[in-house]
Amino acid sequence: MTTSDGFISIRHVNKFFGSFQAIEDVSMNIGQGEFFSLLGASGCGKTTLLRMLAGFESTSSGEIYIDGQPTSDVPPHHRPVNMVFQSYAIFPHLNVRDNIAYGLRKQKLPKAKRDEMVEEMLELIKLPGYGQRKATELSGGQRQRIALARALILRPKVLLLDEPLGALDKQLREQMQLELRALQRQVGITFVFVTHDQEEALTLSDRIAVMSGGKVLQVDTPAGLYETPKTREVASFIGNMNFFQGTVRRNGAAMGAVETEGLGHIPVPLDQLTKPDGAPVQVALRPEKFELSPTRPEGALHAVEGRLSNAAYLGERSHYYVSIAGKDQPIAVSTQNLGRMTGAPDISGDAPMWLSWAPEAIVILDADETG
Amino acid sequence: MSDQGTYIKRPNRPLQIYAMVFLFVLYLPILFIPMFSFNDSIYVRFPLQGFTFQWYGELWNRQPVWNALWNSVKVGAVVAVISTILGVVAARAITRYRMPGKSALVTFIMMPLVIPGIIFGVALLVLMSRMGVPLSLYTVTLGHLIVCLPFAVATLLPRFEGFDPSMEEASADLGENGWWTFWRVTFPMVMPGVVASLLLTFTISFDEFIMAFFLTGTDPTLPMYIWGQLRFPQEFPSVLALSSLILFVSFILVFVAQWIGRLGLDKDT
Repeated sequence: MTTSDGFISIRHVNKFFGSFQAIEDVSMNIGQGEFFSLLGASGCGKTTLLRMLAGFESTSSGEIYIDGQPTSDVPPHHRPVNMVFQSYAIFPHLNVRDNIAYGLRKQKLPKAKRDEMVEEMLELIKLPGYGQRKATELSGGQRQRIALARALILRPKVLLLDEPLGALDKQLREQMQLELRALQRQVGITFVFVTHDQEEALTLSDRIAVMSGGKVLQVDTPAGLYETPKTREVASFIGNMNFFQGTVRRNGAAMGAVETEGLGHIPVPLDQLTKPDGAPVQVALRPEKFELSPTRPEGALHAVEGRLSNAAYLGERSHYYVSIAGKDQPIAVSTQNLGRMTGAPDISGDAPMWLSWAPEAIVILDADETG
Repeated sequence: MSDQGTYIKRPNRPLQIYAMVFLFVLYLPILFIPMFSFNDSIYVRFPLQGFTFQWYGELWNRQPVWNALWNSVKVGAVVAVISTILGVVAARAITRYRMPGKSALVTFIMMPLVIPGIIFGVALLVLMSRMGVPLSLYTVTLGHLIVCLPFAVATLLPRFEGFDPSMEEASADLGENGWWTFWRVTFPMVMPGVVASLLLTFTISFDEFIMAFFLTGTDPTLPMYIWGQLRFPQEFPSVLALSSLILFVSFILVFVAQWIGRLGLDKDT
C-alpha cells in the first residue's frame, strides 16, 4: 500500500457505532500545508472523521496515515496533531498564559523560554498582554483565538478545527475567517477544518471534501465544486442550482448538444459530455449564469422566453423565478443589483422575460437515480 | 434586573409565612439545647436561673470527652477521605462511560439514604460477629462509609455533569495522558465538589449515632459518649454544652460545604 501520495492519507476507512455506519469507505489524501475542509450537513460523518484524525475515535476498518505513519495504535496524546474544539474547551481554572502553555509541560523548558513562546503566540493571535486574564473573562472570539494559540504553540503537523467559528456572530465570523486564512498561510501548517457552512468552506479552503451519509461525494477546489459539481447532491448542497432533464443528442459541431426540457436542443461543453447519444442526463445551470432581459437579447446563441412568477429583493442581488413552457418548476435566476433598485420588481405584469446563458456554464450530470 | 413584574418571581406572601413557620417549628426544639447549656442549674426547666459558662468549663477538664472527640475526628477524617475518593471514582464513571444499567447503579448507590440505619447497623453487626471481627473504631468507620458514600456521590455528581467532556479530550490532544489529565484538568475543575464532599461526609460521620451504636467497641465516638452520659442526671448540663458545640460546628461545616460546592456552578460558561 502506498502512503506517499498524501501528507494525510485516509485509506478505505469505515466506522460503525453499533449497527450505525457513521463513515463508509472514505479514502482521500490531504497535502502538506493545505487548508482542507470537510463540508456536510450535521450527521454526515465529518466530525467523526475529524475525531478519528485526532485519535478520539478508532477506525472500524481502514487506516489513516499522517506524514507516512499509520495511526491506529497511536493514542491522542502521542499524535502530531492538535485540535481546536467546537466549544473551544478553554480550561476555566487556568489563566490565558497557562492555557496556552498547557501542552508545553513535557518539553521541560525554562520558564523564560516558555513565557517567550506564549508571548509570541499572543502576538500571533493579536491578543498581546492578555496572559494574566482569567479564562472566564474572555469573549467568544477571544476564546477561539486562545484555543488556536494553545494548539499552534506545539507546532503540530496538522491542526484540526471542529466548526470553530460556529458559535460566533456573523460579523465576527467573517473577520475570523479572514484571520484564520491569513494565519494558516503564515504558519504553513496543514489545517483540516470541519464546517456545515458552505460559504465558509468556499472562502477558506484550498480543497473541500463534501460529505453526506458517511460518504465523501466529491473532493475538489472551491471553484471546482461550484462550477463543475459531479453529482446533483453536491450541486444543490453548494449554492443553488437549476436542474433540467435532458437527452444526449450530439450534432457533430464543436460542442456537444443535449435535448433539454424547456430549453430545447442546446450546445454544451464537450468535456462535460461523456455519455453516448440517447443517454438520459441532467443539465445543471447556476441561477447567476442566466441573463435576464425584457426582449430577446441581441446576438445570444440561445435564449428562451418565459414569464416572471416570483421575485425577491435581497439587497446586493435579486432572485427571480421564471416559468418557461415545458418545465414544471420555475427557473431560479439571480442577478446583481448594479443600479439603484426600487425593491422587488413587479411580478403582476404578464410581460415576457427572456433568459439567455453562456453554453460554457452548463454542467452535465448523470440522470437522477432517485427521480 | 427587575424581577418584580414577572409572574413566577412575584413575592408570594402566604408562601413566605409558611416558610417562616416551617423553619421555626423545625429549629425551635434544637434552640433549647444551647439555651439551657448556659443555664445556671442542673435542671432543665423554666424559668432560667442565670447565665454561666460552668458546663463548658467542666467539659474542658474532662479527659473522656477529649478521647471521644479524638475518636470521632479520626473516624470522620478517614471516612471523609475514603468516601470522597470513592465518590470521585463513581461520579466520574457514571458521567463518562456509557454502560448498561447505569440508572439502576445510581439508584443502588443512593439506596443507603433511604434504608433505615438500624437495619444497616444490625446487618453489619451480624456480619462482623459472624466473621469474627471485633468491634472497634474500624467497624464504626466501615458503617459510616456506607452512610456517607451516597452523600459524597450526590455532592460530586453535579460537578462532573456540568463538566464539558471536551476539556479532557483537549488535555489528551495537547499531549497529556490520563493520569496527568486527571490531575491537571479533571481534579482542579471538580475541586470545589471534592472539598464540599469532604466537609459534608466528615460532618455526617462526626454526628452519626445509629451505626456507631451497633458497631462501637470500647472506644466511644462523641455521640456515643453523649449517649452514655444521659444516664447520669447531674451530667446533663454538660451534655447540653457538648451538644451545642457539636451543633455549632456541624452547621458551620455544612454551610461551608454547600457554599463551596456551588462555587462556579452557576456562572460557568
